[in-house]
Amino acid sequence: MSNSASRSREVMKKIIKMARSTIGDFKAMNNPNLNIPVRSLSNIIFSEERGMIEMGDKTQERLFFHQGMSKKFMQTFLVASACTELLKVEKTTSIRDLFYMTKHTLSRGENTFDDQSESDVIIEDIEVSMGALREELHLFASNRGTMVGNLTLVDSGDTINARKIGSGGWGIPSIVEDNVIKFKNCDADFILLIEKDAVWRRLNEDKFWKKHNCIMIQSQGQTSRGVRRLIRRMHDELNLPVYVLVDNDPWGLYIYSVIKQGSINLAYESVRMAIPDARFLGLSSFDREKFDLPDVVTISLDKNDEKRAKQMLAYPWFKEAKWQKELKKLLDSRVKLELEALSAKGISFISESYLPEKISSGDYLD
Amino acid sequence: MSDLEIGDLFAILEKSTDSAPERSDKGEKTVTEVLEKKSRKRTRAEEMGEKQRSISISEFFAKNKQLLGFDSPVRALMTTVKEAVDNSLDACEEAHILPTIMVEIEQLNEERLRVAIQDNGPGIVKAQVPRIFGQLLYGSKFHSLKQSRGQQGIGISAAGMYSQLTTGKTVKITSRIGPEHPAHHFELLLDLQKNKPNVVKDLIVDWEEPHGTRVELEIAGQYKSGRHSVDEYLGQTAVANPHAEIFYINPKMEKMHFPRVSQALPREPKSVKPHPHGIELGLFIKMIRESAAKKVGSFLQHEFSRVTPKIAETICNGAGVDVKKRPTRLSAEEIEMIHKEMGLVKIMAPTSDSIVPIGEILLRRGLARQVSGAEFYVSKSRPPKVYRGNPFIVETAIAYGGELRGNLEHGDMDDLSIAGVYLDPEKTISAALLDLPGFTRKKVTDLCDRCNIGTRTRVKNLEIEELESLRHSYNDFVKKEANSSPAQIIRLANRVPLLYQLKACAISKSVMDINWRRYNINQPKGGYPQGPLIIMVHLASVWVPFTSESKEAVAHFPEIIEEIKLSLQECGRELGNYLSKKVKLRAAQERKDIFVRYSTELARALANITGDDLEEIDGYIKTAMENFTTANYEMEKPALEEDAVSVEKWESDGDDGDDLPEQSNSGTENDEEGEE
Repeated sequence: MSNSASRSREVMKKIIKMARSTIGDFKAMNNPNLNIPVRSLSNIIFSEERGMIEMGDKTQERLFFHQGMSKKFMQTFLVASACTELLKVEKTTSIRDLFYMTKHTLSRGENTFDDQSESDVIIEDIEVSMGALREELHLFASNRGTMVGNLTLVDSGDTINARKIGSGGWGIPSIVEDNVIKFKNCDADFILLIEKDAVWRRLNEDKFWKKHNCIMIQSQGQTSRGVRRLIRRMHDELNLPVYVLVDNDPWGLYIYSVIKQGSINLAYESVRMAIPDARFLGLSSFDREKFDLPDVVTISLDKNDEKRAKQMLAYPWFKEAKWQKELKKLLDSRVKLELEALSAKGISFISESYLPEKISSGDYLD
Repeated sequence: MSDLEIGDLFAILEKSTDSAPERSDKGEKTVTEVLEKKSRKRTRAEEMGEKQRSISISEFFAKNKQLLGFDSPVRALMTTVKEAVDNSLDACEEAHILPTIMVEIEQLNEERLRVAIQDNGPGIVKAQVPRIFGQLLYGSKFHSLKQSRGQQGIGISAAGMYSQLTTGKTVKITSRIGPEHPAHHFELLLDLQKNKPNVVKDLIVDWEEPHGTRVELEIAGQYKSGRHSVDEYLGQTAVANPHAEIFYINPKMEKMHFPRVSQALPREPKSVKPHPHGIELGLFIKMIRESAAKKVGSFLQHEFSRVTPKIAETICNGAGVDVKKRPTRLSAEEIEMIHKEMGLVKIMAPTSDSIVPIGEILLRRGLARQVSGAEFYVSKSRPPKVYRGNPFIVETAIAYGGELRGNLEHGDMDDLSIAGVYLDPEKTISAALLDLPGFTRKKVTDLCDRCNIGTRTRVKNLEIEELESLRHSYNDFVKKEANSSPAQIIRLANRVPLLYQLKACAISKSVMDINWRRYNINQPKGGYPQGPLIIMVHLASVWVPFTSESKEAVAHFPEIIEEIKLSLQECGRELGNYLSKKVKLRAAQERKDIFVRYSTELARALANITGDDLEEIDGYIKTAMENFTTANYEMEKPALEEDAVSVEKWESDGDDGDDLPEQSNSGTENDEEGEE
């Protein structure tokens, strides 16, 4: 762990430098300013060559003597201070803990932070400003996502056989770097990422992973950083192709897009997380006809869906004809489909017909 | 009886007063004489012959008492007080006495009141008393062109007549002209047929006052509190007359005292002739027709103010008329030309001798005495201007904010009053609350509902807690209302408050015509400005044009409206400056509060990170803060934070930025872990 200790010192030095420069500004009667890289659509670049979203170099001011920025300025140092404490004592805590460490009441009932979403954003600001990852700030998020499949791994020294992990699967931790997670023997041929827990359970009960020799992960909606990083590592280190199974709606497509190219908000993490050759297995807008799904299982697109689909049509990483076709089909059909809709054809239709057929015929988009 | 119409009679009255200012020295002229004179000139009047001469003005007015403001019991009381107080103030000023006036109103029974008004004026010589109080249209102000309160001289005798008609009682007058003279006491009745007083009693009495007059009348009337009350009228009279001291006892036995604010009597107004600018053609023609002058030049010099022989010549030359021509021989065209020239000729502005403004300082002081506790006062007095040849002066004042947001005065715990308004214990709560200023039935019901009190509960049956709860709710209500309720407008004409016919008045129109939003004051489209605001306008003129005989509203003359607007705009600008400065100061303070609030946290965090001394860091921050929190520190541009960036992005290319739909899809799911 000496490596991580020296990394901790490095991060700490950066934080102290930021604090000293602020104190210096006050001393010189200046308005202290932090330059924080912008994390929004206006500051990302889609690298065609690498197939991922990368962060640009736009920064924004954060001034202390500014009515609209003062609080965030203070919050930034509150979080930085809490991280310094963690780094000093070499302990790691959850971002929820950090929220409570830094939340307290100012005058007139105002809180330093009202809810965790506020402190989470500040953590990201510090990550990008310090060039330090969350785990390097000694922070982690709660576990989200579960895994089962033909793989044995070591988690913090404990060997986990993902083949014998029961109906609930192995909970994927927030930090999955190789100092925590190490892969041992793997017999799987591919990874199947499933948006929905219920579908994952169905497939687990049907032992789909055994029959088809794969690793199955469910992400409970949008994939967490831990899940993305783990899949990326398995993809890189175990050479496994990644298939993504999501609802047939803009939201599902966006989950796939984040796995593939990275997200706009965390563009600086794409390098570690994006999997440009991840494959979109379904549900496709064309599956309704292909698999003769009854109309009753469809849901009409609402205004948000339509708006979102149209926005996605304009994203550079969806410019390829096959994606345009897919998105336009979704818009034209005016309906969306949930994964569960496949159950209309029988409870195990998904594990016995849909998936084997799609995978064996190579019916996917990438 | 004659078939002469009201309109005709008033036309005659008006013309006779308009056209004969120069005859004021003749003094005692009765309307009967005026009518006789007129009837000789007018063919139509001539046809009416003998009959007309026997018309009793008293009888005419008895049938048309609404014209004089006696049409309802409430107004009758007001008019009675008003006429008597006006007379008293005029008399005192004429005699160079600082007025001290006492008004007592006593409730005799449900519909009958005794009204007594006493002044420390010069008193009235014995022989004049019966005529002044017992004969209509008897007065010396009638024909002179100078500023005074009463104008027709019908007021006080009309009150006497009203008293007689409704109660049958005599008018009681006590008057004394000096310590060396005895005090005379009269009781009068009016002969309505002959317009003549009948003296019922004529005594010499003991009176402690060295000089002065006391009038006592018994009338059918009704006392009401609120905006149209005698209380309000006397309060406003005090504002308009800072040199007057007024004592007042109302029918609820509440004593009020308005002390003198100024020890100086207002300058005595002088009689003036009309000014050539702005004289109406019709009136001008009349003046020419009736002129006894031999030459146009001398006519112009003598009938108008500021006209020198040279100016008269300039006018005549301009009009192409011989200065020596006899006025009565002028042709219609010539008269018109002269009139036109008169409007164009360069001439000194009318003398303001004839008008006495209250003055900026006294106006403000008077307003501050009456409505104390406002946070801002401003007053403006304009130079004299002319309408129809009459000089006039407009003065305005504004009080804003502070306690005007609500009268937060609480009564004592056991006191049956809310915000200073006494609640009649015998009334139901809903009826009693209606006496509160600005209350409607709907508001009363709301208030009672909020306090959980039945509207039909009698005031005397209210628990103390219920009364307290009513007071609290009322205060909340008032505070809320203050910002959305229209400004109170105090209208004064020649120092006399105008309480009725707000909508018909040129003053109200001027107030509405102004764009108050420019001065940071709320104003609905085409309405009165809103907020904790009192607007006062004083119009002083030798002849205030009223819309009707009851003298409640100023007629809409463009020249007058323009002046009022200009003056109010001057006040408005100062108020606007005050308000924007206040907003700026508040904003600066809020900024500072924010920085102070966060700096403690920040200093602690910085000390924790660096290990530096906390107090030292705190000191640096506090010193630096001074640099960024002065009131004139330029406000920052809006934050260019993430939000601003994405909005900007959104607008430029129609994209929502990143993760909006995710948020709408699910609160907990996001790009990365959100924890439950």
